[in-house]
Amino acid sequence: MSDIEERVKKIVVEHLGVEEAKIQSDSKFIDDLGADSLDTVELVMAFEEEFGCEIPDDAAEKIVTLKDAVTYLTANSN
Amino acid sequence: MRRVVVTGLGTINPLGNTVETSWNSLINSNSGISKINKFEVDDFPCKIAGSIDDSKINDDIVNSREQRKIDRFITLGLIAADEAIKDSGFVSENESSFRYGVMVGSGIGGLDTIYRNSSILDNKGIRKISPFFIPSSLINLLSGHISIKYNLKGPNSSPVTACATGTHAIGDSFTIIKNNKADLMVCGGAEAAICPLGISGFSAARALCDTFNENPENGSRPWDRDRSGFVMGEGAGVLVLEEYEHAKKRNAKIYGEVKGYGMSGDAFHITKPSEDGNGGFRAMEMALRESNLNAEEIEYVNAHGTSTQVGDMIELSAVEKLFELNSNLFMSSNKSAIGHLLGAAGAVEAVFSFKSLETKTLPPTLNLDNPSTNTSINLIPHEAISKSVSNIISNSFGFGGTNASIIIGD
Repeated sequence: MSDIEERVKKIVVEHLGVEEAKIQSDSKFIDDLGADSLDTVELVMAFEEEFGCEIPDDAAEKIVTLKDAVTYLTANSN
Repeated sequence: MRRVVVTGLGTINPLGNTVETSWNSLINSNSGISKINKFEVDDFPCKIAGSIDDSKINDDIVNSREQRKIDRFITLGLIAADEAIKDSGFVSENESSFRYGVMVGSGIGGLDTIYRNSSILDNKGIRKISPFFIPSSLINLLSGHISIKYNLKGPNSSPVTACATGTHAIGDSFTIIKNNKADLMVCGGAEAAICPLGISGFSAARALCDTFNENPENGSRPWDRDRSGFVMGEGAGVLVLEEYEHAKKRNAKIYGEVKGYGMSGDAFHITKPSEDGNGGFRAMEMALRESNLNAEEIEYVNAHGTSTQVGDMIELSAVEKLFELNSNLFMSSNKSAIGHLLGAAGAVEAVFSFKSLETKTLPPTLNLDNPSTNTSINLIPHEAISKSVSNIISNSFGFGGTNASIIIGD
């Protein structure tokens, strides 16, 4: 597991209150991990904070799984 | 005519996190007032409050992840609601859930959440504002959360009448059931304004006690010569009100009945009550009229009694006037022990009033060492009194000149 993936996973565990073992890289935040739409907004804010970047709204809308987040942050974080 | 009874009680307040623990503490003359230790109060004229220790907040009812997404007043309200609903034994079934409603208000709502987000906006910018900021601080979201959690699809609202909120919530719910718009209402109030902005705001309005910082337990002293303002408390009170036949049909435990409800406006001043006490008098009179009781049948007044110079005497004189023929009237203020819970005050005090009916005990007015006036009313100084009463009136008066009274009985 990459460093980025590990950090993303930690944020998801903290914000959604799910067990780490239950998170697969293609788990959908809303459908599989019990998040609601406001939770996903907060998740994206937490990613921004952790990785020191700004995720524009159109990009944020496409981040629906752990894998999406890792892919985006790998390409865009400082 | 539809009668309205109470079948469930719940509270969390500075004396305890259940009805039983806080009631026992109250009638044993304990005080829930202490020095504020959650934030720096060196510059504050008032350094004391009735705070609830975080360790008393039950994570099993509202888990810590949920708590992060709601203001503290909602957490406290959900805890009291859970106790009240469990106590009532009521479960909302889908086919009739539209007959069951919620009306739990707050005087101020998520003040600390608003303050924190305001600081974030100033210091970090708009992108750092939480999506949960608005839903965590709106007052009616407490009623919303309760309805979602317990499947209550009937009337859903939240009064916001400052320190009269809790009593208005109960009275309005009583009216809703009486008028056949619901068969059951979860109602009450919640407040969590012991935060820097809350204490400084009430201090600036010269409403808080500032002369007992070294002896917090003596700060709240209704009708006493040395009172200097109210002591803020936090917490919630929730009651389950139910139409009598509905309660009987499911063999619910019945604590007593709500018999009358009165409300009025002073049309006088933004923070001071009208000097002749006419507003409070008319609220009590209206409640009495609806109850069909004579003034002589009211045996105990659960007073608003906030420990402010002006308010205490005005309420006392209004009570003396309305109940002048009652030779054996008792009156006390729960705020002497728990402080003033603002929008939750009337609800917690109603919970305690039903415990008075049940346990035949009238709670004391703490710190009433030297009453500042002579009265024939027994103000129950220092210690609780064992006495069976049939009818109680409970008063709440708020900033803006809003007044509410309910009459409850066995």
